[in-house]
Amino acid sequence: MATVRLSFSPAPVHVRTARLVGVAVARRAGVREDLLDEVRLAIGEACTRAVALHRQYGLPDPVLVEMSDSGSYAVRVVDRAPIEAGIGLAALPPDALANESLTDEALTTGVGFALLAGFVEDLQVRPVDDGVGTEVRMVWPVGR
Amino acid sequence: MELSLATRTVGEHTVLEVGGEVDVYTAPRLRERLLELIDGGARHVVVDLGRVDFLDSTGLGVLVGALKRLRTAGGSFALVCDKEPLLKIFRITALDQVFPLHSTVDAAVGAEPTGANA
Repeated sequence: MATVRLSFSPAPVHVRTARLVGVAVARRAGVREDLLDEVRLAIGEACTRAVALHRQYGLPDPVLVEMSDSGSYAVRVVDRAPIEAGIGLAALPPDALANESLTDEALTTGVGFALLAGFVEDLQVRPVDDGVGTEVRMVWPVGR
Repeated sequence: MELSLATRTVGEHTVLEVGGEVDVYTAPRLRERLLELIDGGARHVVVDLGRVDFLDSTGLGVLVGALKRLRTAGGSFALVCDKEPLLKIFRITALDQVFPLHSTVDAAVGAEPTGANA
């Protein structure tokens, strides 16, 4: 089992780095080539969400991304925002995304969740075991 | 790859060619450019995503914002996209029902500028 951990200051500029690392580790772990676009998008969305929460709450703490390949490729993205912000975030039904009256922020959040749910078959959003925060856990099969 | 933005005019349409990655870091620049165009009087805007390698929810939010703004102003907004990975993003979010999507710029500027449901 190999584990790669990355933690980054909650700034948008670092989300791309997290995507690049996440895809590199996925490729190395043996995730099928045709899934890598989805891995890139999902890790990006999870990190974007974490960065947005940290900024919303003025938290300087780093966002943690942990990738491991024990049997499958599992990625955890951990934020440190108060739990009520993370759990139960409005997973808007697709039809609602076309609703003209949605604020841009609500729309972007809804679209982000639609993408996570649409691209990741094995997706969990749950409170972290230690302290305050939420963990988005995504798992992909490896081709070996 | 960094975001690239280039504008040209085709008839009464303003075509914004976008390249590179549109994400939480670069999307504000796309929003700014679209606002400049609309505030500058552009009413029929086509965004060509042909050279976009990556598009996330933030980028989609910016595109929806431009669509709404142009509709309110009595204009039109259309996208050019023929890459399957990007089209899948529009399908999964049901935004393919919101944006007029065309496979070429010619098709986009040739379509009646009636906004969504075209």
